[in-house]
Amino acid sequence: MKTKTMTEELELFGCIQCGKCTGGCPVSRKTVLNIRSMIYNMLVEPELDVNAHEELWDCTSCFTCVERCPKDVQPAELIINLRGQLVESGRIPETIGTALMGVFRQGNPSGVAREDRTAWINGTEIKAAQAGCELLYFVCCTASYDQRVQPVARALVRAFQAAGLDFGTLGTEESCCGSGVRRMGEVGLFEMLAEENGELIRSTGAGRVVTTSPHCFNTFKKEYGLDEIDILHYTQLVAELIDQGKLELTNEVNKKVTYHDPCFLGKQNQVFDEPRSIIQAIPGVELVEMDRNRERSLCCEGGGGRMWAEGTNLEERLAFQRVHEAADTGAEILAVACPFCLLTLEDAVKVEGLDEADQDGRTLKVLDIMELVDMALGDE
Amino acid sequence: MEAQPRIGVYICHCGINIAATVNVRQVAEFAATLPGVVVARDYLYMCSDPGQGLIQQDIEEQGLNRVVVASCSPRMHEPTFRGAAQQVGLNPYRLEMSNIREQCSWVHSDQEQATEKAKALVASVVAKAALLEPLEDREAQVTPGAVVVGGGVAGMVAALDVADAGFPVYLVEKNDHLGGRVAELNRTFPTLESVPELLEPLIERVQSHPRITVLLNSQVAEVDGFVGNFEVEVMSRRVNEEREGSSSTMSVGSMIIATGYDVFDPHRKPELGYGQYPNVITSLEMEQRLVEGDLTVDGRSPKRVAFIQCVGSRDAQVGNEYCSRVCCMYTAKQSRLVRELLPDAEVTVFYIDVRTFGKGAEEFYDETRATGVLYRRGNISEIIRRDGRVVLLGEDTLLGRTIDFEADLVVLAVGMEARSDAAALSNMLKLPRSADGFFLEIHPKLRPVDTAVDGVFLAGCCQGPKDIPDTVAQAKAAASSALIPLLRGTVPVESATAVVDEEWCAGCGMCVEVCPYGAPDLDLLWGVSRINAVLCKGCGACAVTCPSKAIRLQHFTAEQIMAQVDALVG
Repeated sequence: MKTKTMTEELELFGCIQCGKCTGGCPVSRKTVLNIRSMIYNMLVEPELDVNAHEELWDCTSCFTCVERCPKDVQPAELIINLRGQLVESGRIPETIGTALMGVFRQGNPSGVAREDRTAWINGTEIKAAQAGCELLYFVCCTASYDQRVQPVARALVRAFQAAGLDFGTLGTEESCCGSGVRRMGEVGLFEMLAEENGELIRSTGAGRVVTTSPHCFNTFKKEYGLDEIDILHYTQLVAELIDQGKLELTNEVNKKVTYHDPCFLGKQNQVFDEPRSIIQAIPGVELVEMDRNRERSLCCEGGGGRMWAEGTNLEERLAFQRVHEAADTGAEILAVACPFCLLTLEDAVKVEGLDEADQDGRTLKVLDIMELVDMALGDE
Repeated sequence: MEAQPRIGVYICHCGINIAATVNVRQVAEFAATLPGVVVARDYLYMCSDPGQGLIQQDIEEQGLNRVVVASCSPRMHEPTFRGAAQQVGLNPYRLEMSNIREQCSWVHSDQEQATEKAKALVASVVAKAALLEPLEDREAQVTPGAVVVGGGVAGMVAALDVADAGFPVYLVEKNDHLGGRVAELNRTFPTLESVPELLEPLIERVQSHPRITVLLNSQVAEVDGFVGNFEVEVMSRRVNEEREGSSSTMSVGSMIIATGYDVFDPHRKPELGYGQYPNVITSLEMEQRLVEGDLTVDGRSPKRVAFIQCVGSRDAQVGNEYCSRVCCMYTAKQSRLVRELLPDAEVTVFYIDVRTFGKGAEEFYDETRATGVLYRRGNISEIIRRDGRVVLLGEDTLLGRTIDFEADLVVLAVGMEARSDAAALSNMLKLPRSADGFFLEIHPKLRPVDTAVDGVFLAGCCQGPKDIPDTVAQAKAAASSALIPLLRGTVPVESATAVVDEEWCAGCGMCVEVCPYGAPDLDLLWGVSRINAVLCKGCGACAVTCPSKAIRLQHFTAEQIMAQVDALVG
């Protein structure tokens, strides 16, 4: 491909080659991905052979490069654009193709039937947001279909009911938010999803939208143009409910807990305090921090379409490193606030054998914050 | 009886700046047909000596009593043309400019329409010119003396120059000592001169100077007046006493602002772990360690020392887009001193670009590398802790490989920022600031120490980051400029002031309320407003506010402006 147009569109001329993007990139430490050098190539070479850069699929869209760049260049957007070139020419990993097809046909990357999207509810009555509601709960594909994540959605519903909120969901009409779709380079499909979901969301008249996933949260907030609607991640809403006394956490959970900041919630949206304040509101919990917390949280490698593509170095998964960091704090529970983090880190705990008792008889368990809240709320 | 207007109109080509877009010959021919116009000419550069000569010759030979120059903005050349007119006996306020460059040729491309617009602009000014009245140039007496705000190197040097010239100086310093930021340093680059040897004689000279009054623990609370006559109220904290501070007022002719800078707080770059890891320190903390000669970490001598450049500078993430100018050189200095103190330690500097622009600076950088300090291109993105050691994560951009660098001591080269209280001083003095927050000089090249406020000058880092030599040079420049009104003894004041027609004034006092300069005052006995012509800046706020139209702004009277409007739309 010719480099000129994209270089101009993304204003890569702003780059001073300081190396903070690649220097902060967690993936660059284990694969040949070097976004700084890619930008330099774009600037000085008239042509770039995208097909020669298989490592483009390694990027997790954690956006550390964007957050660190002193010149407001958006290195991650270059990767997304280059992936777009690959998508256009059809040269994409098979699993990515399947995921995109699933979203196109069934509204979710697993390609499971749209009718089954509400199976997670387990028979509970939830209002259809289309009939009007104050709060729209946007569930997310992973929370709707993945059995490991479904309890998080159910816990949220119980919490909303306990707090007496007027809320509803889009039911089977909810489609993938498209965050991962855009980051896999399929801009056309993303725009279609954004338009459809955007219209649906507006039609509910809800003043607030709350999401399970930081990925839906981020894309609604920054890429949907829903400026008139208050977009919240559930940690923000739940922290507010606890703060207002609408949600009382009474059961003791006597555990040592550490918290892993999801990239799309933490470094990309500066939501650092609310998840911690929820954890600390749970009676009996002792919160301990990992060294790499908040802005320096280590990506779990689940973002940017990486749930559907392995990348080029399977052996050294960042999630493996991360669960050891969590275990080193002496925590028994690694709390997360993102469906992808929940899956990748739980997998890593099993692979690394941290779910089995160590010499002190300690195990590490990965739980979503809402699962902890649910334990503290107890049975009604 | 006032003689009939005899107006000369002069259309400037400004090289091709005007002539390429506006048909200047046509405009001149058109101007010649306007009422009262006796002569109309066009010329290559009206501001040149021959151009001015042309005007002067016509005034003398054709008996002109009004002149209109259609050229650039009056900002630059109105004084030029007024001076030329005055030389041959025409009252300078009988000259008016029409701006057909910035307001016409520079902003249009269609020749025909630009020419038509230029004609309209000229016609409107000619209409006003017919009504111009002569005004007198006026002067005000200057109160001898200056207030210098800030007792760092800039403030002290400026104070000494003004005082040495024979004028009293009040040096206002917020802290309890003189010396400013430089007092926190160990040695200076590129000479490695010890700071006490540099600073102590300077402080001693200031303190013992018969004409310098040093006010420590003091801050400017309020400033009234204008160039030549400032009233500066200074609040002083009483140290070791519980009573309120005392206030005193200084009357001076000029002011020098030398309030310095804030050091960037690296807590704002949380990824660098400052405040979290005790062996990650700022460059100023490093200066202190160098003063003490103690670089140990946990009682051990560090084996690997790393310097990270551009912390809080050149960084849009923290809103500081500028280069702080001193960090490259102080890092070269510090890294070299570390090599001297710890000959066995590995010293590495992580940088983006090395900027060594001062006299002797590049040579110093060469010598620093020769001592074995290693420079690696690629700035550090993040600092973490692993197995009890601090680890720097980055990329060596020349190798194209990620860096995973363990260090025992890390120095963050923090940059300079505008002081957090700069806004307060800016509001008090109506002193503009640039986008970076530092005080704004009126021209970056030709008037680097002047401000938008006449009689107020800038010195040192309050205007932008700079090293000690540049600070001293600017301080001496500011002192020299501040001395101009003091040495002259008088300052020119605005001639085009507002005047009250007492017959019409109802004494409502609205002019007193709107005036930003406190010029109008109500005479309670007569029930009328009187405007102090020395204080009046001719802004016209009172004239438009006055409900009975009793106030008239000279040189911008209602009749003159209406004539202009009529010529434009009539």
